[in-house]
Amino acid sequence: MAIDILMPALSPTMEQGKLAKWLKKEGDPVKPGDVLAEIETDKATMEVEAIDEGILAKILVSDGTDNVAVNTPIAVLAGEGEDVSAAAAKAPAQGGGGPPPAPGPSAPQPAPVPDMQAEGMTDRPAPINRSDADRPAQPAAPSVITNRSTDKAMAEIPEGTEMVNMTVREALRDAMAEEMRRDENVFVMGEEVAEYQGAYKVTQGLLQEFGARRVIDTPITEHGFAGVGVGAAFTGLRPVVEFMTFNFAMQAIDQIVNSAAKTLYMSGGQLGAPIVFRGPNGAAARVAAQHSQDYAAWYSAIPGLKVVVPYSASDAKGLLKSAIRDPNPVIFLENEILYGQSFPVPKLDDFTIPIGKARIHREGKDVTIVSFGIGMTYALKAAQELEAEGIQAEVVDLRTIRPMDTETVVASVMKTGRCVTVEEGYPQSGVGAEIAARIMEHAFDYLDAPVVRVTGKDVPMPYAANLEKLALPTVGEVVQAVKTVCYR
Amino acid sequence: MAVAARKAGRAGSGAANKTKQALNSPQFEKDQDLHAYREMLLIRRFEEKSGQMYGMGLIGGFCHLYIGQEAVVVGMQMATKEGDQVITGYRDHGHMLACGMDAKGVMAELTGRRGGLSKGKGGSMHMFSKEKHFYGGHGIVGAQVSLGTGIAFANRYREDDSVCLTYFGDGAANQGQVYESFNMAELWKLPVVYVIENNRYAMGTAVSRASAQTDFSKRGVSFNIPGEQVDGMDVRAVYAAGQRAIEHARSGKGPYILEMQTYRYRGHSMSDPAKYRTKDEVTRMREEHDPIEQVRRRLLESWKLSEDELKSIDSRVREIVNEAAEFATHDPEPDPSELYTDILLEAAR
Repeated sequence: MAIDILMPALSPTMEQGKLAKWLKKEGDPVKPGDVLAEIETDKATMEVEAIDEGILAKILVSDGTDNVAVNTPIAVLAGEGEDVSAAAAKAPAQGGGGPPPAPGPSAPQPAPVPDMQAEGMTDRPAPINRSDADRPAQPAAPSVITNRSTDKAMAEIPEGTEMVNMTVREALRDAMAEEMRRDENVFVMGEEVAEYQGAYKVTQGLLQEFGARRVIDTPITEHGFAGVGVGAAFTGLRPVVEFMTFNFAMQAIDQIVNSAAKTLYMSGGQLGAPIVFRGPNGAAARVAAQHSQDYAAWYSAIPGLKVVVPYSASDAKGLLKSAIRDPNPVIFLENEILYGQSFPVPKLDDFTIPIGKARIHREGKDVTIVSFGIGMTYALKAAQELEAEGIQAEVVDLRTIRPMDTETVVASVMKTGRCVTVEEGYPQSGVGAEIAARIMEHAFDYLDAPVVRVTGKDVPMPYAANLEKLALPTVGEVVQAVKTVCYR
Repeated sequence: MAVAARKAGRAGSGAANKTKQALNSPQFEKDQDLHAYREMLLIRRFEEKSGQMYGMGLIGGFCHLYIGQEAVVVGMQMATKEGDQVITGYRDHGHMLACGMDAKGVMAELTGRRGGLSKGKGGSMHMFSKEKHFYGGHGIVGAQVSLGTGIAFANRYREDDSVCLTYFGDGAANQGQVYESFNMAELWKLPVVYVIENNRYAMGTAVSRASAQTDFSKRGVSFNIPGEQVDGMDVRAVYAAGQRAIEHARSGKGPYILEMQTYRYRGHSMSDPAKYRTKDEVTRMREEHDPIEQVRRRLLESWKLSEDELKSIDSRVREIVNEAAEFATHDPEPDPSELYTDILLEAAR
């Protein structure tokens, strides 16, 4: 019985990777545990180990192939006593249509890079991808900004600016590198930020350029290194403290809230903490309750903090640069699922975006959808679907949660008379609740319908794929909410 | 209390093998004794006045007095050089005065007035002075240990040879972030001296009821941080130990732990009825080990100062304290507009 060897997933959010190198060739005998091949993503390199015994009958995906989807058959193994050429002949056609088969018991298990075990990223099954409907809408931005008046999304960028596509991950890295070149006081610290190049590869290359003095691997000690960062910031250094995820920052929240946020006030303005706390926030995929929480609303409740949640690579870069220059503590909430997505980013020497300014991502007259961060993926996709049904949705990307740009939201709601908020966080005391309250305070008479919130469900994030999907918002829920406020 | 007994709470064999000081307290020169006397007396009188003003309702909230522990901060300050930083917890008035912060500003902060060092917005536990290198004044028990380690990190980053004196109590010594900080400080050889002020009670809990290891000088052993126990009632012993510890940290050898065996005469805070210890215990400490009395005796007996000379120091100290109290009583409260200032700094654009 011929066995398909499938492209394994290296992390819960991996969808594709590069088949870097085959270590076995056709005709080689294979034993369980043998390393068959090496695969790479932009985050890491990993070995593919054999599970079954047999002969490698046929290699279906050759060395150096990029963008191999998870679960694509990459080779065929002839089982014991089986005719090798017959097994090879049964191999599925390469590049054929149809979805890849689900991983069966014979799918090879990824052999984790040892360090990855630190963060529980080992041996994950291939992710159940969010459905196509929930896939982020790719921004249809031109490669050069030619007309600002019709291109709302790029209104901050001068006409004629050349755009380059880059991932959010690269944009964040570039922002840190540029600020480190600009200011000797900027340094990066956190778990695995230096030699490992970042648990999510956001700090890739920084150690090589800036050295171990300014790119500092910490022990696994969130509370302690958050305090060390704040202490250093009190003296005027500008630390960028990476949390491997903000879920772990709960151990450090005392230092963030009590030390970083309040000292300026408690010292009568003498002593501030110019520090950035950054890292992935919210749900990734299939990592369950303790690794999937959205902290935007938590930190946004604290005076003395700024809270930034970028969606696009361009905003990620421009806002992180502003955050590093800001004399106040800034909570910079990223999202693991957005890291690998590409967006056009202006090619400018020093591109910054002011903190505290929302952006009209898309204009419309019928309803305002307010969102931020990964919530924007649902909002934009819903706006596209609604357009087909004749509803023109205006999509406001908050970008900064604190200080909140109430003015932009209120102006939009005054125009449309209706509002839906979208976030992955919890409903109670969430960002949507705050937006609804502000709209009521400032634009009550303009409302033609009550504000409706689309949020993550009021439950700890479940692990099971179907339950996880239910716990998160969907594009369908956004579409439905818009129809509700439009009485359609 | 073990007078002048220091024992090495040495880390493993990797710790530096330093020459031990003589067991007797090192001697002070006359001007050192005079300086210590004046500084300790200022703290004592200031704290007594604070207690009185608290009783009069002029000081609100929590008020933690440093009476009895004066030799610790005064001896340590004598061992520092300009630029060395200080950070501590909530029992902080003594540290501020020893760092040279204005008594009027400290007292006016206690009374919540606009002339307070934090404009009346911080209170007893939260005062800071960049100019005097005093980084607070922190109300969360143990938080200052990570922060002080961060200040030491900044010294190392800047290749500045300053040392950060990071004070905390026997109670804070059981907080987790203390050990997270010890680990990083030794790992990165940061110039920090951890001064554990063991006054025997974490609020109302005696050390033996809260600590599995009551020898706090050994709390760094598993990180290879050297430590020693010091008679924290003898300013000379504090000074000598402070010099050794600061020299160790300044020379790039990393952190050092000093357990100061001291005693607070008053309750944990003003509202503490002190039922957890006997009056006799307090009286015995005051009569036999008082840090100020020890110096006063030396000034009279060894340095042959007259009672009148001491009296003139006393009255000068009283004058400073009375002026501070007077100012703190009559200075206006902050302007209501101050409610919304100092929350965020303006970003430079």
